[in-house]
Amino acid sequence: MDYILSIVVLACINMIAVLGLSIFTGFTGLFSFGHAAFVAVGAYTSAILTYYYSVSFPIALIAGAAAAGLVSLVIGIPTLRAKLRSDYFAIAILGFGEALRVLLENFEITNGARGLPGIDSFTTLPIVLVCLAGGVLIARNFLRSRWGAACIAIREDPIAAEMAGVRLFQTRLLSLVVSAVYCGLSGGLLAHFLSFIQPVMFTLLQSTQLLAAVIAGGMGSISGPLIASFVFIALPEALRVAQMWRLVAYGLLLVLIMVYRPQGLMGYSELSSLFRKKTGEQGGQQR
Amino acid sequence: MTTAQGPLFSVKGLTKNFGGIRAVDSFSFDVGEGSITGIIGPNGAGKTTVFNLVTGIYRPTAGTMLFRGEEIGGNRPDSIVRKGIARTFQNIRLFNRRSCLENVLTPLLQREKCSFIGAMLGTPGARRIEKELYGKALDLLSDLGLGKYASYQANTLPYGLQRKLEIARALATDPTLLLLDEPAAGMNPEETRSLANMIAEVRKKFHVTILLIEHHMDLVMNICSPIVVMNFGTLLAKGTPDEVRENPEVVAAYLGKGKRDNERAAG
Repeated sequence: MDYILSIVVLACINMIAVLGLSIFTGFTGLFSFGHAAFVAVGAYTSAILTYYYSVSFPIALIAGAAAAGLVSLVIGIPTLRAKLRSDYFAIAILGFGEALRVLLENFEITNGARGLPGIDSFTTLPIVLVCLAGGVLIARNFLRSRWGAACIAIREDPIAAEMAGVRLFQTRLLSLVVSAVYCGLSGGLLAHFLSFIQPVMFTLLQSTQLLAAVIAGGMGSISGPLIASFVFIALPEALRVAQMWRLVAYGLLLVLIMVYRPQGLMGYSELSSLFRKKTGEQGGQQR
Repeated sequence: MTTAQGPLFSVKGLTKNFGGIRAVDSFSFDVGEGSITGIIGPNGAGKTTVFNLVTGIYRPTAGTMLFRGEEIGGNRPDSIVRKGIARTFQNIRLFNRRSCLENVLTPLLQREKCSFIGAMLGTPGARRIEKELYGKALDLLSDLGLGKYASYQANTLPYGLQRKLEIARALATDPTLLLLDEPAAGMNPEETRSLANMIAEVRKKFHVTILLIEHHMDLVMNICSPIVVMNFGTLLAKGTPDEVRENPEVVAAYLGKGKRDNERAAG
C-alpha cells in the first residue's frame, strides 16, 4: 500500500511540473530542454530553508517556487528579448539547465554531488493533491485571462499576435516565469517527499521526460499532459515485474503515441470538453 | 494631438533596404481622415513592405511616418496597434486553432486593464470583465455576419469568411486607421462586390479610415479615393480613380512599354 501511495504522490508531484511546462510549451509554443533546472531550484531552495534554517514547510515551498521564478528571469530575459526562435531557445535553456546543475554540484551549501540527505519528509498525499488542484485551477484561470490569451495567440502566430496588441517579449517571459514557479513548487514537494536530493536527479533526462509528457499528452491541453505524465510515472512502476523490458515498453508507448496521435493524447482539447460534447450529442438526439 | 487640418497619417521619404535591394525608395503619401485610400501597383512594387513598415514589423531605413502628428517609425508593432493602427494580412494569419470568438476576444482582452492576481484567482470582478468582453466579441462577429460561426475553429471557415474574421479581429483593437492587405485576394466577382459593400459599411459603423492594397481593379476603382500607385518602390502617381486610370505612366507600368505590348494593348 505504501508503495502504491508513494507512486501516486510522485506522479502527482511530476504532474505539477508538467502542468507548468504545458503552459510554456503547449500554450505559448516554446520548447524547453531545461525545466528540470527549475525543479532543482525549487527543491534545493526549500530543502535548504527547512534543513539549515528550520523555516516552516509552507513558507519554504513558496520560497522555492519564487526562487525558481526568479532564476527563470536570468535565462529568460536575454534569450527571449533576442526573440530566439523556439528551437534555438530550447538549446539555450538546455545549456542553462546543465550549467545550473554543475553549480549545484559545486556549492557547499548544497553538499555538492553527494546530495542533501535527511530532509524532513513533510510532503503527504493530501498536501500534494491540494497543490495539484490549486495548480490546475490557477492554470485554467491563467489561460482564460488576457495573459493566457496572449500566450496562445503567440503560439498560433507571433506576428498576428503582435498586431492584436500582444507584447511579445513580456508575454513569453511571463509564461516562462509561471511555468518555472510550477516547477519550483514541484521541486519543493519532491525534496520533502524523498528526503534526499542530489544534482543528478535534475539532468537533461528529467527535462526531456517533462517535455515528452507535454507533447504526448497534447500541446494546448491541460488534462492531456496530466494524464500522460501520470501514465509515464505509473507505467514503469507497474511494469516492474517485466524488469528491463519496462523501459522498452515506455519508449514504445511514446513512439506509438507520436505515430498514431501526433497531436498528442488530447490534442488541443480538454477532458471536460469531451464530456460536454457527448452530453450535447445526447441532447440533440432527444430532440 | 490631432493637427487641425492635417492628414490623419502622413508618410514622407519612406525607404527600406534589404541588403542591396531597395524595396521602398523615398515613398511619400498622405491618408486623409475618413477616406478609403487605395495602394495599387504591379507585383513586387513594395506595397506590402510599406504595410510592414507602417505596422512596425520592419524598421524603416529612412523616412518619417506621422500618425495624428506623432512619429511612429521605430515603434514595436504592439505599441503601434495601441496608437490606433490595425491591419490584416495578404496571406491570412488567424489564430488557427482557436474559435472565431477567441480570435476576436484576444485583442479585446489585451486592451483591458485587470489585476493579475485577481484573474488568477478568478475573482468575481475578473469574471465580470470576461463576460462583458465575451458579449462585445459576439457583437463584433455579428456585425460582420460571423455571429453563427462564433464557436467554429478559425481554420475550418471557408476562405472568404476567414478574411472577414481577420477584419473583425483587427477592428477589435479599436483602430483609427485600418490597413487591409489584398482583402479580395482569391475571391470571385460576387464575393468581391459583397466585400466592397462590407468595407464601406465598416468605415461608417466603426468610424475608421481605411488604407487598402488591392489587385482587383473594379474594387479599387469603385470604393477608393484617392488612389496611390507604386512601382519599383516609388510613387508613380496619385489621384482620383479617373485620374489614375488615364495616367499614361500607370498604364505603362501595368501593361509594359514595349512597342509590341502597346500594339497588343491597342488591338
